[in-house]
Parts: sequence; C-alpha cells; structure tokens
Amino acid sequence: MVEDHSDIFKKSQEFLQMLSKQKDFIQGLLKENERLRYELVALRPRHGDADSLFQQEIDLLKKRVDQLEREKRELAENYQKVEEENKDFVQRYIEIEEQNNNLANLYVASYQLHSTLDFQEVVHIVMEIIINLIGAEVFCIMLLDEKTNELGVIAHEGHDADVTFAPVRIGEGVLGTVAKTGEPYYINQADSSYKVDFLHPIAAIPLKIKENVIGAICIQKLLVQKDAFTAVDYELFSLLAAHAATAIFSSKLYSQSERRLTTIQGFLDLLTAPATKG
Amino acid sequence: MEGLRFLVVEDSPTMRQLISFSLKRFKGCKIVEAVDGVDALKKLQTEEVDMILTDINMPVMDGLKLVSLVRQNSKTKELPIIIITTEGAQEDRDRGLALGANAYISKPIQSSHLLKVIGDILEKAN
Repeated sequence: MVEDHSDIFKKSQEFLQMLSKQKDFIQGLLKENERLRYELVALRPRHGDADSLFQQEIDLLKKRVDQLEREKRELAENYQKVEEENKDFVQRYIEIEEQNNNLANLYVASYQLHSTLDFQEVVHIVMEIIINLIGAEVFCIMLLDEKTNELGVIAHEGHDADVTFAPVRIGEGVLGTVAKTGEPYYINQADSSYKVDFLHPIAAIPLKIKENVIGAICIQKLLVQKDAFTAVDYELFSLLAAHAATAIFSSKLYSQSERRLTTIQGFLDLLTAPATKG
Repeated sequence: MEGLRFLVVEDSPTMRQLISFSLKRFKGCKIVEAVDGVDALKKLQTEEVDMILTDINMPVMDGLKLVSLVRQNSKTKELPIIIITTEGAQEDRDRGLALGANAYISKPIQSSHLLKVIGDILEKAN
C-alpha cells in the first residue's frame, strides 16, 4: 500500500516537471511570437520603401527601353540610308564599268580604223568591228559611185558567197534614202517574222565625210546571242559613220595615188633610161 | 591576282587589242598574243602562261583544235582556257566545254564579264 503511494507521488512529481517544461516552452513560444510581431511591425514601413524603389527601378528601365527603342529606330533608319547609298554606289559602279567598256570599244575601233592606209585592210577592219564589237552576222558595206550615183556593195558577210547585189540608186528604197538624207535608219531588232533581205536591213548607217555621203553600212541580221542593239552600238555607229568613212576614203585615195605614182615613175624611167644601141 | 600571264589567241587585231585592253586591269599582267592555233602552240613552247583565251574561227588551226591539243599535252593540260567567239549557239558552247574549255564567252564581249569569268576560274583553281 505504501509502495503504491510512493509510486503515485513519483508520478505526480514527473507530471509537474513535465507541466513546468511545457510552461517554459509555451512561454518561449509566446516570447518568440512577440519578437516576430515586433519585427513584422518594424518591417512593414521598409516593405513600402522597397515597393517605391522597385517602381522607380521599373520607371528607369522603361525610360531606358524607350531610349534604346529610339536608338534602334535611328540605327535602322541610318542603316536604310546607308543601304540606299550603297545601292546607288553599286549602280554607279556598274554604269562606270559599262562606260569604261564602251570607251574601250570606241578607242580600239578608232585606233584600228586609222592604223593602215591599205584600202582592203581598212575594209577588213570595218568588217571586224561590225562582227566583233557590234555583233552582226549578216551585213554589207556599200560605196557610192559618184559617176552613176549608185551604191554598190564592196564587201559583205553572212550572205551567200556567189550572191550578186544590184546597185541601189540614190533616193530609192531604205538604202537609197539613207544615202540621200545622210540619216541613219534603225528598226533595232526585227520581229520573228523578219527574213534577211538586202534591201530591207535592220540598220543602215551612212558613211559620211562632213555632209558628203560616200557609202553605207547595212546590217541585215545580228548574231544569235544578240537580241537588240545596245547604247554602245549607237555610239559605234556614229564612230563608224565618220571614222570609217574617212579611213575608207583616204585609203582609197592613197591606193589611187600609189598607182598613179607607179605609172608616172614608169614613164620617168622610160624617158630617162639610156638609149640602147642596136 | 598580280603578274598573271595570258595567251590571247585571236586572228582579228581589233579583238586582240580589245581583249588585251581588258586584261590590263590585272595589275602587272603579261600578255602574249598569237594569231592562230599553230602560232599559239609555238608560243606555248617558249612562254610560260597562266591562262589561254582563244577564238574559235581562225585560219590555219581553229580554237577547238587548239583546246584539244592543249589538253592532250602533259605540260599544258591543266591550263585554264576561255573560248571567246561569235559562235553563240548552245551546241557550239557545249562542244567547246566538252573539249575541255573552262568557260565560253560569246562576242560581243563585255569587259566586266570577261574579268569576272577569269576571276571565277582563278578562284576555283586556288
């Protein structure tokens, strides 16, 4: 019975200790709770500051974004301007290259035309220019006979070798009109129905010394790879009209004077030769 | 592309002069001229060249025969060849390229086009 009482006392003691510990724990919790509440109260105004700082930061960033957007637009505009300028430069470069090419063609044509006084050689050079620089496949060169007032073919290319060309009277047909007026004739490029016709060329260029027409170049067909006349072709036609005319005319005169000189020299030799004794 | 050596094979003095005129855009280049295929083969025996530019229609020996002979010769078979001709039909082009030409240009020539073709060939070779 005594043992039972002591056991109950011991247990009550343990229970009281446990309650005391719980009391301490609860008091600790209350203190912690109070501390946290103070901290929360202290933090509240600081949180308000952070919100306003955050807002300021957003405003700054928005301004920065706007500024960058503006700069981006300006850069895009500048880029577009530079690109436009670049396109202009490329276009200009192409034009200069083309002009350079044209000048080279004109220089070479002019140089070759005046490189000789041999009539046949000059005619050959004119033909070379028409083939290689203009790109004609079928054409002929005609000279005016001042006695008969007719144009006669002196050289041709692309026509049958044994073809005979009837002389063309001044003022008659396309060729005669070109010779009479001294104005070139072009239809640029013939349509698909065009058949090569000596009397109806696609281009006829008078050979002129000042205002005197001495002949004509008639183009009946272009090379297969050439669709139409280009700007440089018209320049070459102008050059041929004047330079080929003078080159042909002067070489013809030179040949004639050479022949006369030979004849006169022959006479002189005959006259001055010592008489042979029979 | 400095100091290139070209062999221009062309019977027409006008075209020889025009091609040479264009080629002079290559700084310090040397131009050897030949009037036909036979003349070109002779020049190839004595001159070192980097490229041949040849016409097709020439007296004595035409350009196609020249291309064929250049390709058969062990010394010259690797030389780049450009055909420059009035023959503009597709079958002519195919024939020239089949014989071993690297490029085929129809007359009348544009200087800028010729220089571009040469540049492309040299770039490919390098």
